[in-house]
Amino acid sequence: MNLLGKLDWNAIPLHEPIIMGATGFMVLVVLVVLGFVTAKGAWPYLWREWLTSVDHKRIGAMYCILALIMMLRGFSDAIMIRTQQAIAAGGAQGYLPPEHFNQIFSAHGTIMILFMAMPFVVGLMNFAVPLQLGVRDVAFPTLNSVSFWLTASGALLVNISLAVGEFSKATWWGYPPLSEMQYSPGVGVDYYLWSLQISGIGTLLAGINFVTTILKLRAPGMSYMRMPVFCWTALAANLLIVAAFPVLTATLAMLALDRYLGFHFFTLEGQGNQMLYSNLFWVWGHPEVYILILPAFGVFSEVMATFSGKPLFGYRSMVAATMAICVLSFLVWLHHFFTMGASANVNGFFGVMSMIIALPTGAKVFNWLFTMYGGRVRFSVPVLWSIGFIVTFVIGGMTGVLMAVPPADFQLHNSVFLVAHFHNVAIGGVVFGVMAGYNYWFPKAFGFRLDERWGKASFWCWFIGFYVAFMPLYVLGLMGMTRRMQHYDNLSWQPWLIAAAFGTAIILVGVVCQIVQLVVSIRNREELRDVTGDPWNGRTLEWATASPPPAWNFAFQPKVAGLDAFWSSKSRAQATKDGSTPTRNYEPVEMPKNSATGFVTAFFAVVIGFAMIWHIWWLASVGVFGAFMTLLAFTFRRHNEIEVPAEEIARFVRAHQAGVAA
Amino acid sequence: MDASAPSEFLVYTIGLFVALLLTATSFWTANTTLLWSGGVFLGLAVLAIAQMGIHLVFFLHISSGPESTNNVLALAFGVLIVVVVIAGTMWIVADMNANMMMPSGAPMSMRMQH
Repeated sequence: MNLLGKLDWNAIPLHEPIIMGATGFMVLVVLVVLGFVTAKGAWPYLWREWLTSVDHKRIGAMYCILALIMMLRGFSDAIMIRTQQAIAAGGAQGYLPPEHFNQIFSAHGTIMILFMAMPFVVGLMNFAVPLQLGVRDVAFPTLNSVSFWLTASGALLVNISLAVGEFSKATWWGYPPLSEMQYSPGVGVDYYLWSLQISGIGTLLAGINFVTTILKLRAPGMSYMRMPVFCWTALAANLLIVAAFPVLTATLAMLALDRYLGFHFFTLEGQGNQMLYSNLFWVWGHPEVYILILPAFGVFSEVMATFSGKPLFGYRSMVAATMAICVLSFLVWLHHFFTMGASANVNGFFGVMSMIIALPTGAKVFNWLFTMYGGRVRFSVPVLWSIGFIVTFVIGGMTGVLMAVPPADFQLHNSVFLVAHFHNVAIGGVVFGVMAGYNYWFPKAFGFRLDERWGKASFWCWFIGFYVAFMPLYVLGLMGMTRRMQHYDNLSWQPWLIAAAFGTAIILVGVVCQIVQLVVSIRNREELRDVTGDPWNGRTLEWATASPPPAWNFAFQPKVAGLDAFWSSKSRAQATKDGSTPTRNYEPVEMPKNSATGFVTAFFAVVIGFAMIWHIWWLASVGVFGAFMTLLAFTFRRHNEIEVPAEEIARFVRAHQAGVAA
Repeated sequence: MDASAPSEFLVYTIGLFVALLLTATSFWTANTTLLWSGGVFLGLAVLAIAQMGIHLVFFLHISSGPESTNNVLALAFGVLIVVVVIAGTMWIVADMNANMMMPSGAPMSMRMQH
């Protein structure tokens, strides 16, 4: 009996200079950060104000920070893929051996979808939805913290795989039989499985939390048809999370049973059916696409209305389109495997459904255009991202409709045309969306705006870089290049791939500009300070409170009388020319108490994941026991809330009003 | 809580009793030789769905009252998705099973079928 399971010193790839270099860099960054925090003596602050915080704004910010860090990791993988393919033509083999290259594209997909896009979108919802609804927190604040830390645990496991062992080589969807023990005996697929399982549970809990919050906790007067569109898209996305993520969890659990206990759900022998895995994976996978893009649509709706100084065009049609997409997204999943062998009837049905889902999306595009039409559009950074989105997403959507035609898909399937298509919608839609949201809500979250000049530079580099990087892939796909090639013999592809690599370099400049933007903004934060709490002349309730909002969000719960609640209250105030606020009696507010439950549970989740990956059974039992005891301890907690005294709230409001007046 | 409503204890007890009855019936159905063997699966499916209904009504308090509109809508959405996923999966996998079956003894390329 080996106490450490499959783990030994060979697990650390000391002979691979590229991996060890990356690992060394990662460890160095972690050590520098930890050292910095220790030197500043900031651990108590960090523990009290962030790690154990159950404040939805803090948790939202941490989600976004996690996403930005993981974006750097996923983008490094992208640079390696592009440079390898630019070099490895004909006789040249490039610098990445096949088994490493396979890990890189698998890690790139997994990270970008599940540990970059998901946390970013969930983070923006976390931050903005309760504020827009005019409430003080989400329905289950401690659960919210648990969700975040479980997501972070999954991300940590993916990063550990870089240093200890390997990551999956079976792509980000891990199709069997390749992902079965017979063909992937290493720990790579197990890292994939456990990181997705743990973060998936976190996401499911977040989904339940947000559906409850939106359905049950709204400011007085905020009926469904008065909710901001971002809240509607958040509702749709979280309904999809609740409906779709259990399918992923169950599917991956079945694959884990195959790998760990010799089951035959998806194996080649023993009556397994690997096609069922593809089917179930995309039952989750397609709604997942809309879980990511719907909140991005919500961000664009908010940005377009705010910066055009007009109410959103076609609010009702926007809501209807959002909910239509929410249901339709569950009826198109087969278009991910048209070529797997279904008959024309099945392919035809799912092809038609895939085209139909383009209709509500098209309606939304016209709504955004008409919102801008006749408005006084301020071309600030969030608007640039939004306009860049409309142009890029329409192109990506049209190549999508093209591939929804099954005969065309038989030609394009598995080619880099497909790669170009989904990057066209994922970058043009989701990444541009979260960047718009990041620039839009940053002043609300931290009390100062982001630098405009660097923000614009970043946008233009991303925008141009995207086209230079991905338009060549459309051409290459039509020339017959398949995806995931570590090496190729057709020399006529090389110029296009060099162009694509050049495009990635332009995007890299964009990423650098973003980092510079953040640094410059922090340095100039006094000039960029947002004292009013309403830097963009906003329309929805999050702009009605100070920036950054106090822990209790609103001193008085807002009363909502219509759509664009904050805008109408501003117009009313102007009409009555009543500058002085009526004196009101402040009342103490009950706020949820901090809890280490999330952080400690997630610690044990990492222990469970790591132990299961390396078959260290005793350690896994310790982890399960620890996580269980942590949750048990939480259920026995007597005092869940602390009272914020009325004087503290009054003091905060007076200070804020003095700042506005000055 | 409404005074005229039955006490919570009673509701849970009835729920527990009915749930246990359904569970016992399922075990009996699975082992009995009295039923036509083809009907056993159908019977088990019906009992399973009835079990879900009991849980929803007695333990999760889904009712038709106005206060549970949200719950009923959420339930309807959930049922819709479950039906779509299960029916769709069965349709897809059965279709692939039939479509990719090679005629016995004569290996045939996929292209020639169409």
